[in-house]
Amino acid sequence: MLKVKTPKNHRALRELEKHAPKLVENAKKTLILQGTKTSGVLKGLLAEIHHLKKGNSIRYTRKNDNIRPFESGGETSLEFFSLKTDCSLIVFASHSKKRPNNLVLGRTYDHHIYDLVEVGVDNFKPMESFLGDLKVSPILGSKPLFAFIGEGFENVEELKHLKEVLLELFRGEVVENLNLSGVDRVYVCTAVNSNTVFFTQCAVRGLKKSGTAAPRVELTEIGPSMDLVVRRHRLPNESLKKVAMKTALDRSKKKEKNILRDAVHGKLGKIYIPDQQIGGMTLTSDVKGLKRERREAKKNFPASKKTKLDSP
Amino acid sequence: MEMEMAKEMETSNIQIDLGNLTAFDPNHRFQSIPSNRDELVKECLNKGTELVQEIVNALFTLPTTEDIDGLIIKLPQPTTKLPREKPLPKPKLPTKWELFAQRKGIKNRKKDKVVFDKQTDTWKRRYGYDRVDDVTDIPIIEAKMTDEPGEDPFSKKDKEKKKRVGKQEKNRLQNLKQAAKVGALPSHVQLAAAGLPITGTHKELPKKMSKEELGDVAGMAAASTASGGKFDRKLPGEKPVKNRGKHRKFPPVVEGKGAGNQEKQQADKILKHLLSKDSHEILNVNKAINMTNLKGEKKRKRARKESFSTSSKLKSKKKTFKKSSNKGK
Repeated sequence: MLKVKTPKNHRALRELEKHAPKLVENAKKTLILQGTKTSGVLKGLLAEIHHLKKGNSIRYTRKNDNIRPFESGGETSLEFFSLKTDCSLIVFASHSKKRPNNLVLGRTYDHHIYDLVEVGVDNFKPMESFLGDLKVSPILGSKPLFAFIGEGFENVEELKHLKEVLLELFRGEVVENLNLSGVDRVYVCTAVNSNTVFFTQCAVRGLKKSGTAAPRVELTEIGPSMDLVVRRHRLPNESLKKVAMKTALDRSKKKEKNILRDAVHGKLGKIYIPDQQIGGMTLTSDVKGLKRERREAKKNFPASKKTKLDSP
Repeated sequence: MEMEMAKEMETSNIQIDLGNLTAFDPNHRFQSIPSNRDELVKECLNKGTELVQEIVNALFTLPTTEDIDGLIIKLPQPTTKLPREKPLPKPKLPTKWELFAQRKGIKNRKKDKVVFDKQTDTWKRRYGYDRVDDVTDIPIIEAKMTDEPGEDPFSKKDKEKKKRVGKQEKNRLQNLKQAAKVGALPSHVQLAAAGLPITGTHKELPKKMSKEELGDVAGMAAASTASGGKFDRKLPGEKPVKNRGKHRKFPPVVEGKGAGNQEKQQADKILKHLLSKDSHEILNVNKAINMTNLKGEKKRKRARKESFSTSSKLKSKKKTFKKSSNKGK
């Protein structure tokens, strides 16, 4: 016999609805975790990625000895964590003699590994090392710009892949309205050679601020900055890719009704007051504020409150 | 404006995706890769500044609105295609009633939440607690001609209500089953016999054993030792193994006080239980009727058989008799 199981309280229901597939998806969450051995460089890097993606990432700090994303059977617990935390971007760090300072960036589709890129981290400089020459710091969680430089991002398959993953990892939420004062940082990725990408974050400062004409911009490096050397990578399955790329085609926007915008008044709304529904009125027994005792007390001593107020 | 933008992009050959605020220069090539890191960084930042300038220029061509917080720009949709996180949600499957209503053209009408109750002269809820026409509020139900005598109208109404609720529950389950077949189950509902995870798209996970189940397994394992687990070293917090397979007890048969009386009491209890349970069903009317019917039929059959066998002997006689009578006429 089948049993219908539904959440017992509303909080659980809300949580489940958050996890459910949606027509227009919210920003992907990131799971940051590590293997059995991690170097100091990687720990610092993971902390910084977690910081940069604050509010949209989950950091696991325990050692994970059975995660080997590229090997068959080594992704089981990774997929389980993805399901558990509802994360679809994965940053996995490990350090070994064969692959020192190893960082695996991956994406999942329906809580299964979609694609993977493995990079080695060289010349890592944390954000702290740039603190000295910082004039204005960008706001945390602002929408970043991206600058991809170099033909490698188009010609070399691995770099092309890495470009997409990096964009997905750091781009944040897709927004419709952008506040110009929130444009304050940029990720600069340069393909130095066929397998190396120089990655850094810079603060953006507009030199001339005027309403109409575009200001001249200036970049200051704020880190983290590093070289990413591509090692292994696994592209998504062609059929899976086709499924995953599906979008809601006819996303019909709801027509905005009864709202006018005026240069002088700003936003104006029209309100229609519907007929009064006497049938929907609350019953006297519904009013929780009127407990029986209090009502009776009122009946017996109607002036008691007044005298109290008058006395002082 | 867009034409201009496109032209500009063509000339500089920079790909800009304003939805994601990205700029990509696929034509850039280092003349010679600088060996000094500072130089490399400097060159990258220079090129980066160029690209950011391109993005900002493009941003300023977009429609803007002034706000208290600053200038707000309306961004277009991203052009870089990125994979989804989860599959597209399936549309809700119509229930059997909804299908029927659509076929018949039945439309839902809104009903008022409260109804005037004539019995109490007050407004009451249509459904739920303290509702209108509640059976518990009526002290007397008037008898009708069609009523069966000896039947409790209150319990009858109660039964009918329970039946309706049960039917609705059955329909609901059936609709959910249909939806589960297509994979369009609502995200918060889980149809399962065992503990499957509700999240995602209902992937099967190995069921975790409960504490008691684990204890049972431990007990089974212990039974394989010579002492039946009696002298096994216990883990901290492990309870002694329940010794199963010895439930029957044989109290003394000889009558007396205390334990001597136990056997009789036990038998009495079982007998009483059996009698009280089926007291109203001691005579199964259907079965009795069947039996009598069968008996009667058998009897008749036998009788017919006998008469047939005897008549065969007498047949010739009868015939002759008949014939003779005919001749006589």
